[in-house]
Amino acid sequence: MPLNIEKIRGDFPILQTQVHGKPLVYLDNAATTQKPQVVIDAVTDYYTTMNSNIHRGSHYLANLATEAHENARKTVQKFINAQYDHEVIFTRGTTESINLVAFSFGEAFIHPGDEVIVTELEHHSNFVPWQMLCERRNAHLRMVPMTKDGELDLEVYANLLNEKTRMVAFNHVSNSLGTINPAKKIIQMAHDAGAAVCVDAAQSIQHIDHDVRDLDADFYVFSGHKMYGPTGIGVLYGKEKWLDAIPPYQGGGDMIDQVTLEKTTYNKLPFKFEAGTPNIVGPIGLAAAIDYLNSLPFDEIMAYEDNLLEYGRGLLQNIDGLTLYGNAKKRTSILAFNIKGIHHYDVGTLLDTQGVAVRTGHHCTQLIMKALGVSGTVRPAIALYNTKEELDTFEAALHKVKKMLGK
Amino acid sequence: MATISDIQAEIVENFSFLPQWEERYAYLIELGQKLPPLDDTLKTEDNIVRGCQSTVWLQRECRHGKVFLQADSDSLIVKGLAALLMQVFSGQDAEAVIRAKLTFFEDTSLSGHLSSQRSNGLLAMVEKIRKFAAKCAADPETEQD
Repeated sequence: MPLNIEKIRGDFPILQTQVHGKPLVYLDNAATTQKPQVVIDAVTDYYTTMNSNIHRGSHYLANLATEAHENARKTVQKFINAQYDHEVIFTRGTTESINLVAFSFGEAFIHPGDEVIVTELEHHSNFVPWQMLCERRNAHLRMVPMTKDGELDLEVYANLLNEKTRMVAFNHVSNSLGTINPAKKIIQMAHDAGAAVCVDAAQSIQHIDHDVRDLDADFYVFSGHKMYGPTGIGVLYGKEKWLDAIPPYQGGGDMIDQVTLEKTTYNKLPFKFEAGTPNIVGPIGLAAAIDYLNSLPFDEIMAYEDNLLEYGRGLLQNIDGLTLYGNAKKRTSILAFNIKGIHHYDVGTLLDTQGVAVRTGHHCTQLIMKALGVSGTVRPAIALYNTKEELDTFEAALHKVKKMLGK
Repeated sequence: MATISDIQAEIVENFSFLPQWEERYAYLIELGQKLPPLDDTLKTEDNIVRGCQSTVWLQRECRHGKVFLQADSDSLIVKGLAALLMQVFSGQDAEAVIRAKLTFFEDTSLSGHLSSQRSNGLLAMVEKIRKFAAKCAADPETEQD
């Protein structure tokens, strides 16, 4: 069944916005996606009908809220095909999930002289926490470089892996170039070398496959707000054996079992990693987003987005002086570019006057920008509610930008 | 020389003739294009304004208690904004620069329209100018920052 894009667009009320008197063309989806009405309603309903603190309450509302919150965990579990719901830890977002793994895994398993592998394609959020860990534990950070097409150099990766490698952290999809990395292969190679892996799925979960058991990921992290859910909620999936083997990240309420002056024992999974009153409504909104995605044929979403991406690339390739970045054989969502002689901020600002929302800058990937030899790029990113007509509007707007800047 | 407040009033008037934002940006771009580029030898680390996502260089000079400024940027829109700041502050008495209330940014609605990053960059430029003005006022014969 093909997607009914008109109906889908109707599900996202913000898409009706007029910007400077023009219809909004929202192409900043790699930064955050818009929310369907069902997500907005789920958040409102929570506060309207069940708001209460969870897990230890003894009253009606507390039970309602706890059930909704824990049902959301099961929804996430099913969506990523985790074996147990207690392998799903709620966090503030991808960044916090990675910091949690870098800290807790590092405490247990990283010793002086050990090695952690990251890649040149990483968002700073999947680079800096590992760099900090290596500094803390006197370990060594190694980096898999990218090729000129924006793919990971797997030969170098194979050579970097050795008996000292404890962790390989990489993104499934690059937020700056849209490269789809061969996650299964990368994970298999890491496991063969005896290392664990942490997959940053922030830019992949909404666009491509997201089966943690098929991937055999040890840790797998993502954010709600980039997959049509609310901000401030993220997920850390970890295999039970790892989550049991690593210490808590933060101390406080909800994560404890018994507290005495001498020693505190910790709560069971997942609560061991959820100190303090959590973002109660966040998972409920995220579950509504997942239910929404589940109501659509995911294969069709992937095919539709692929089609849009290639259509967009075709439009951009015909513009004089435009350089498109990232030419990986497998790619999704991202259209990164610069126009000769024009600063990316000027492009973004002038597109905005025409109602077109894009992201400009280094996108928290200074290593990629350095490899490309640029200070930043213009980065439109598509989502399932975008259309070819919107890309046409964007292209026309770009021509106008060029004209305004005398190029 | 016109006072800082007169110049700001003139800027606000100029913008009032341009109701469309597209026209306003076209005007900023034109100002940016007209502003002479800064010599490469002046594009020093010390002249870089922090807080801008695009690179801005601001060369400051003090002559007999007056502040003289030159600016450049790799973004034409930001360069246009810098050109407005040059109009307002360059050649003014250091004391007047310190005392001046910056109003044109609000009064043209530029502040509400530009991204906060770019606003921060502009405010960082103003801060750098004021700091230098304080130095110039304290020692009117100081030449450079």
